[in-house]
Amino acid sequence: MLKILKYSFYDLMRSRWSYVYFLFYLMLGFVLLFLNNDVSKAVITLMNIIIVLVPLIGTIFGIMYCYNSKEFTELLLAQPIPRRSIFLGQYLGVASSLTFSLIFGLGIPFVLYGLFMSDAIFDFSLLLVTGAFLTLIFTALAFNIAISNENRIMGFGYAVLLWLFMAVIYDGLFLISLVIFEEYPLDNFSIAATLLNPVDLSRTLILLKLDISALLGYTGAVFKQFFGTNAGLVISAVMLLLWTIFPVWRMVYVAKRKDF
Amino acid sequence: MIEVNGLFKKFGKNQVLDGLDLVMGDGGIIAILGPNGSGKTTLIKCLLGMVIPDKGTIKIGDVPIRGSWKYRSGINYMPQIADFPGNVKVRELFDMIRDLRQQPDRQQELAELFGLGPHLQKRLSTLSGGTKQKVNIVLSFMFDCPLLILDEPTTGLDPAALIRLKELIREEKSRGKTVLITSHIMEFVAEVADEVIYLLEGRIYFQGTVDELKKKTRQNNLEHAIAAITATPENA
Repeated sequence: MLKILKYSFYDLMRSRWSYVYFLFYLMLGFVLLFLNNDVSKAVITLMNIIIVLVPLIGTIFGIMYCYNSKEFTELLLAQPIPRRSIFLGQYLGVASSLTFSLIFGLGIPFVLYGLFMSDAIFDFSLLLVTGAFLTLIFTALAFNIAISNENRIMGFGYAVLLWLFMAVIYDGLFLISLVIFEEYPLDNFSIAATLLNPVDLSRTLILLKLDISALLGYTGAVFKQFFGTNAGLVISAVMLLLWTIFPVWRMVYVAKRKDF
Repeated sequence: MIEVNGLFKKFGKNQVLDGLDLVMGDGGIIAILGPNGSGKTTLIKCLLGMVIPDKGTIKIGDVPIRGSWKYRSGINYMPQIADFPGNVKVRELFDMIRDLRQQPDRQQELAELFGLGPHLQKRLSTLSGGTKQKVNIVLSFMFDCPLLILDEPTTGLDPAALIRLKELIREEKSRGKTVLITSHIMEFVAEVADEVIYLLEGRIYFQGTVDELKKKTRQNNLEHAIAAITATPENA
C-alpha cells in the first residue's frame, strides 16, 4: 500500500494542479496577512475561505484523480497487489498531497509573518487540522462517488452536488428548520445537525476556539456549553474521524466487489 | 493447469459468461477466439480476478483464486488497450512495476529488442499507439511467470515488432509456459497457436488443435474454418 501511496503522491506532486493549489494558498496567506496586518484576524478570514474551498478542492481533485487514473488502476489490478492496498494507497496519495499543499501553502506565509511569536498559533494549527480533516473526508467521499459511477459526467455532477449540499444547502435547510420550529427547544437538534455535517462541525469548532462564539448569539452559548467542554471536543473529534473512516471503509468495500 | 467450472457473469441484462467450463493443461500456446462480445476479455479478466464472477469457480494450479491476490505473481498480463498513466516516463513505469512485483526481470533486454531505448525518458502520453503497445509487450514479458495472458497483442504493431513478438511467444512456449492469446488476426493465430478455444455466447463452442478445427469444418484455412464453425452447428 505504501508503494502505491508513494507513486500516487509523486504523480500528483508533479502535476500542475498541485502547484496551482499550493501557490493559491501561498498567495492567499500573504495577501490576507498584508491586508489584515494581524495574525488572529487573518485566521478568521482564512477560516471562512478554507471551510468552503477545501471541501470543493478535495471533491473535485478526488473525482478527477479517480477518473484520470483509471488506466493506472487497471494496470495495478493485474499485479499481485490486494485491491484494498491499491485503493487505499491512491486515496491516501491524493489526500496527503492536497493536505501537503494546504499546510505548506498557508504555513509558509504565516511562519514568515511571525506565527510562532503570536498567540494565534493554536488557532492556526486547529485551522490546519480541520482543513486536513476536511480534505480527508471530501476526498474519500469523492472516491466513493467515482467508484460507484462509471459515467464521468454523472460522477462530476454528483460530486459538485455533494459539495453544494454540504457547504451551502445544508446550512439553508438548517436555518429554515430553526425558524420553523422556533417554538420548540432546539438545543439538541442544532448540536446534532452540526455534528452531522463536517463543514458545519469544522466551522463551529474553529469559531469556538477563536472565542468569538458571541457572534452566534444564543445558539453560540449552547454550542459553547457543548463544544467548550472536553466531552464536546472529544465528541466532535470522534465525529470528524467517523466522517473520515466510514467513507474510506465503504470505498474499500465497494472496490473489493467491483468489476474492472 | 487452469480449471474453470460453471462460470456465470452478467453485466446488467447482458449474460456474458453462461456456465462456462474449461480445462487447460500446462504449457503451449492457447488461442481464445470468438466474435465480438462473446466473453473473451471477461473470461481473461475473471482469471486475473479483475472481474468477479457471479457463480462458478476458477482454479489456477489447483488453487481456487477467489479472494486471493498472491497467485497473480505467477501471471503476466497484457491488456487489450495500451493505456498508461500519461505523465509518467517509460522508464519510471518499468521501475514502478519492478518495484511493485519484486521479481527478477529482463526489462532491459526486451526494451532493446523492441527499440525502446530512445523512448525511455519520454512521457507515456507523448508516445504513439504502436510504441505504447511495445511498452505493453515489454511489461508483460519482463517477468518469468508460468502463465502469460495476452489480450489482442498484435494491435498497432509494425511488421518487424510483430515478428519479434511471435519469436518471444514461441520462446516462452519452449520454456514450458502457458500462453493464452486472444486475437482477431487469424493468420497470427494459425501461426502460433497449438490449441484453439472458440467462445460463443459465453460458452465453449469448440476446443482442440487448429488441425482438428480445420478437419471438423472441412476447411483448409483457419479464417474460413472459424467463419464456418458457427454456420454448421452440427460440427461443434
